[in-house]
Amino acid sequence: MFGKLSLEAVPYDEPIIMVTVTAIVLGGLALTGAITYFKKWGYLWKEWITSIDHKKLGIMYFIVALVMLLRGFADAIMMRSQLAMASAGAEGFLPPSHYDQIFTAHGVIMIFFVAMPMVIGLMNLVVPLQIGARDVAFPFLNNLSFWLFAAGVVLVNVSLFVGEFAKTGWLAYAPLSGLDYSPGVGVDYWIWALQISGIGTTMTGINFFVTIIKMRTKGMTMFRLPIFTWTSLCANVLIIASFPILTATIALLTLDRYLGMHFFTTDLGGNMMMYVNLIWAWGHPEVYILILPAFGVFSEVIATFAKKRLFGYNTMVWATVAITILSFVVWLHHFFTMGAGANVNAFFGIMTMIIAIPTGVKIFNWLFTMYRGRLEITSPVLWTLGFIITFTIGGMTGVMLSLPAANFVLHNSLFVIAHFHNVIIGGVVFGMLAGLTYWFPKAFGFTLNEKWGKRSFWCWITGFYVAFMPLYVLSFFGAVRRMQSYNNPEWQPLMIVAWVGALIIAAGIACTLIQFYVSIRDRKQNEDVSGDPWDARTLEWATSSPAPFYNFAHLPEVHGVDGFWEAKKANGGVPPISEPPYQDIHMPKNTWEGPIIALFATIFGFALVWHIWWLAIVGGIGMFATFMARIFNDDVDYYVPAAEVERIEREHRQRLKQKGDLAHSTRLETQS
Amino acid sequence: MRRKKYLRVLSPLVLASLALLLTGCDSALMDPKGQVGEEQRTLILTAFGLMQIVVIPVIVMTIAFAWRYRRSNRNATYSPDWHHSNKVEAVVWFVPCVIIAFLAVLTWYTSHSLDPHKPIQAEGDDANEPIVIEAVSLDWKWLFIYPEQGIATVNELAFPVDTPVRFRVTSGSVMNSFFIPRLGSQIYAMAGMDNDVHLVADEQGVYPGRSTNYSGAGFSEMTFDAHVGSQQDFESWVSKVRESSESLTFPDEYYDLAAPSENNEIQYFSETSPALYESIIKSFHAGGDHAARVAKFTDSYANDFGHGAGHGDHGDEAHGDDGHSESDESHGEPMSAEAAE
Repeated sequence: MFGKLSLEAVPYDEPIIMVTVTAIVLGGLALTGAITYFKKWGYLWKEWITSIDHKKLGIMYFIVALVMLLRGFADAIMMRSQLAMASAGAEGFLPPSHYDQIFTAHGVIMIFFVAMPMVIGLMNLVVPLQIGARDVAFPFLNNLSFWLFAAGVVLVNVSLFVGEFAKTGWLAYAPLSGLDYSPGVGVDYWIWALQISGIGTTMTGINFFVTIIKMRTKGMTMFRLPIFTWTSLCANVLIIASFPILTATIALLTLDRYLGMHFFTTDLGGNMMMYVNLIWAWGHPEVYILILPAFGVFSEVIATFAKKRLFGYNTMVWATVAITILSFVVWLHHFFTMGAGANVNAFFGIMTMIIAIPTGVKIFNWLFTMYRGRLEITSPVLWTLGFIITFTIGGMTGVMLSLPAANFVLHNSLFVIAHFHNVIIGGVVFGMLAGLTYWFPKAFGFTLNEKWGKRSFWCWITGFYVAFMPLYVLSFFGAVRRMQSYNNPEWQPLMIVAWVGALIIAAGIACTLIQFYVSIRDRKQNEDVSGDPWDARTLEWATSSPAPFYNFAHLPEVHGVDGFWEAKKANGGVPPISEPPYQDIHMPKNTWEGPIIALFATIFGFALVWHIWWLAIVGGIGMFATFMARIFNDDVDYYVPAAEVERIEREHRQRLKQKGDLAHSTRLETQS
Repeated sequence: MRRKKYLRVLSPLVLASLALLLTGCDSALMDPKGQVGEEQRTLILTAFGLMQIVVIPVIVMTIAFAWRYRRSNRNATYSPDWHHSNKVEAVVWFVPCVIIAFLAVLTWYTSHSLDPHKPIQAEGDDANEPIVIEAVSLDWKWLFIYPEQGIATVNELAFPVDTPVRFRVTSGSVMNSFFIPRLGSQIYAMAGMDNDVHLVADEQGVYPGRSTNYSGAGFSEMTFDAHVGSQQDFESWVSKVRESSESLTFPDEYYDLAAPSENNEIQYFSETSPALYESIIKSFHAGGDHAARVAKFTDSYANDFGHGAGHGDHGDEAHGDDGHSESDESHGEPMSAEAAE
């Protein structure tokens, strides 16, 4: 009846897990109670869950990502504490069976359920606004993508207290992830969480690719696109090209595990090397999916706060495109030590270091954007400066790893761990936090508190160096990744330093949480009525904050790079305000099908993890039927009457008038 | 005043990082004991030094530009529309291109000269004839087979100094990686595959080695020591191994050994089946019966859905309940302090 599932699947004997679960359950109950008490279920359903508004989906992606960041970071702290303790025969507090799940979960969560949703969340929030569109190309698909992603999140979190998570490392190398060596349900949770959310990601890629190609406003030629949109476009090309590889690889692993096939086992002709190649053929582009949009954020931030046009726009675009293409011909550098011949290794090594050229050029372009600018050192700028320095160091260690002959001694060591945290924290995390601060007012209509933002930055960057520089050193002593304990007491002092670094990063995360609290508390003082709090350059700032659901009353027209900046200049330094007459606006309707399909997908995934076949059939039929219901539903769009648009725009103008004089005068002051 | 305060904060940081660098000098990778490792150290330091040509200017420019062109500095030039310069663009493309071109040549050259599959030419008059040692990664221990001597060991390796060693590397289980940091290159151990890495030690000593590729619950203790001594030392070690009463025949005794176990003690086998290494590889190929033979192990990889029980108290009774690991000696004490450098 319940397949492999029984009450024994709940880890009652693990105090760490049970306390966590209790906290989650109590928190969940409190939240549910509060929503019920304040009668907000209808509001949630109508305004958020079924919403196809790309801005709201972007916000939801970010909220989920921040929650998962806390979980992923809890894993990080536990790992660092374990390694600070488990020296020379000491066992620490985490046995391998638990520790191995934690480092697997940490990697999976941080990449798939923190970094990805932050990147996709920002794209959702910003891209349609930057290109002057009213929504994405396929609004229903956008909602479905989010909810499929959420289904993956649910499965990963359920694995915490029903069963176990994979103990294989985040990429679940075969044959370790095969049924023989991982007979538990952990790998199955990994499979279905990634498969379901991965399909959502693929659809996002298609959606935003089409949106950017087809829905640009008048005059927005490809070489006038804001750089963030360009980098998003390239990231989406990478998603479209690489995520199907992930889907196929996981599907083959699924066949191995569920139907006894032998794609990746050594028995009966399977080959584990195929798995490693396939997973990295996706995995390497994946890191560029994350970093390119972060590059885009820094480009926007630095130009805006330097009050200067981005240096070398064309170079920036071509460098991005070059990285996009090159990212597909370097995957083998993740396993030079597999034993390929010298020619093969040399080819992939050289291809890898060639990527350093366009990346280096980008760095210099940001530097020359600051040059002869008027740089306002806001917290997004601090993240950018921290990024440039940190990422350069990470790039350097990356080039060292790309030398096959050097890689033979650095591979699988803590050097690799230090390197990729160097670029992912220094690049992606800093980029996303910069983007969060920068676009927050566009989403919510008030700016974030700068003081706590800066404190967060200083904690993160200090914590990063304290936590990861020791790992570079330890790697030279032969310390490897994924050790649960080590027998060399000389390593312990540096492991303790790294643990302190993790605590400092924890303080940084706390600062961000306090920043949210303080900013929401003081939202009246920080209110942004103008829609353009930074005196910025691109179209998303041409509409009010938060943007109306239709984004622009009149679709804007663009006459150059930094279209909004040019428009402000032509208008005497202030943004042009939309005036009547207005027209009816064609908009998509909310959808109940997206969340319901994802609900069935969650049931489907859970049932397959536990081999509850009848429930899997229920989930499968549910998904299919809901999808059919969507297909035969013609009532998917409507017109916003011109009168309604006029009312909303009139209210906006009135608010502008009340506060406008003040804002205008401060702006002139900063410009003079 | 402000600057002094920064200095006061900075100087301990600088001192601390210097100390870090200095401790790195006697590390395994910076103080290698073999020709391969020495060349790799040179390569790492060359690449590191070369990249400082870009890294240092970037760091300096970041701080200098941000400070010089801060908003409150009204003396700095402000050119809001300056966004293109052929000169700057030429430099920022050219410099990285030159460095990478240099590194690319270095990559091509070292990928071939340090190719793990390439036999090492023994240097000097006292150089010895190369020997072959076969390494098999098992869950979670290393089996070393000496085909020329007809002996085998678990978790202990010995070979003479100045003698090129060809390590043939395979796995009897999942993927691992064979690595002795002081000597240089590592190579993956993969079931059914015959991989190899050539290494040589220039100095006598005890060099820790391990699997670097995560392979499951007992991975952390999958370590061994490589004892490098004179030819006489090696020969007396071989005779010591030959005194062992245990043998390692394929398949039965081998599969007893292959049963998952953690924290293994050193074991000696005075004789082995002929072509043991080849038999292990073949057991994964068509006609091999590896899958059938290890099917009974599978339960020991599962542990109450992975939480707690079973592997939690690994060491003495990790697999006491799996009913097929008769060899109590394979569940040893933690490695002795010798394993630490």
